[in-house]
Amino acid sequence: MSKTTDVREAVMVGRRSDGTLVRRPLSPHLQAYDMLQLTSALSITHRITGVVWSVGMVFLVWWLTAAAAGEASFNGVQWFFGSFFGILGLMALTAVVWYHTLAGLRHLYWDSGRGYDLPTTYMTGRAVLIGTAALTALTWLVLLITWI
Amino acid sequence: MSQPTLRTLRSPLGRARGMGSAKGGTHHWWMQRVTSVALLPLTIWLVFGLARMPDSTWHEATAWIGRPFNAVLLLAFLAAAFHHTASGLQVVIEDYVRGETARMGWLLAIKGICALLWLAASLAVLRIAV
Repeated sequence: MSKTTDVREAVMVGRRSDGTLVRRPLSPHLQAYDMLQLTSALSITHRITGVVWSVGMVFLVWWLTAAAAGEASFNGVQWFFGSFFGILGLMALTAVVWYHTLAGLRHLYWDSGRGYDLPTTYMTGRAVLIGTAALTALTWLVLLITWI
Repeated sequence: MSQPTLRTLRSPLGRARGMGSAKGGTHHWWMQRVTSVALLPLTIWLVFGLARMPDSTWHEATAWIGRPFNAVLLLAFLAAAFHHTASGLQVVIEDYVRGETARMGWLLAIKGICALLWLAASLAVLRIAV
């Protein structure tokens, strides 16, 4: 194994108990996997929805701080959320939140050591997609019923 | 002489030194799971709570936020959510950002932003509720 200067490369090198060097196994990543498979597509979507939700949290903080600041600033935020792009963004964020929640639940199930065989993996994967669609529709149905 | 057999995952050097691990190897992973379990009911409550108050006036919204039950759950959600956000984004940065300086910079920036957003949102809830 050649000399490495990159720290990330260096931590990839492990040592077997007999002393020989070994390259540690790498988790699936974009360049190594066929991203059109349901399994890998759902995996990267979990990460993307996590990052998008992080951005969405900024809007929740904006909403709360504006409410604390007073009526005028709160009306400004409400106008933004009620605008075309606001509603579109909130709809997308609803789907993102439910996806990340359900896919997270799937991860917790895996953490219990179950559900690793392919049929179960595909079954829970499809359940996450159907659940996301159902919960997103339900959320906006609740919103519309309250609105009217 | 027969080949020595290893019945443990610890290396011979590790066993000879006898120092053991720092005991923190799974802390980041475990806290991510703990906050995710906390966020499951809190997220369901918050999403449907917010969905049931579209087009609300400032008086209605602050009354909802200020109700002790909602204020406590909001503060719990914010704490768990920003902890979870910071640890999740940390993994993303560790996976994709190369170079020690850039990675450390990104990690510190993300932790700082998450901490400030959490404090700002929590202060807002407390100001309305108290």
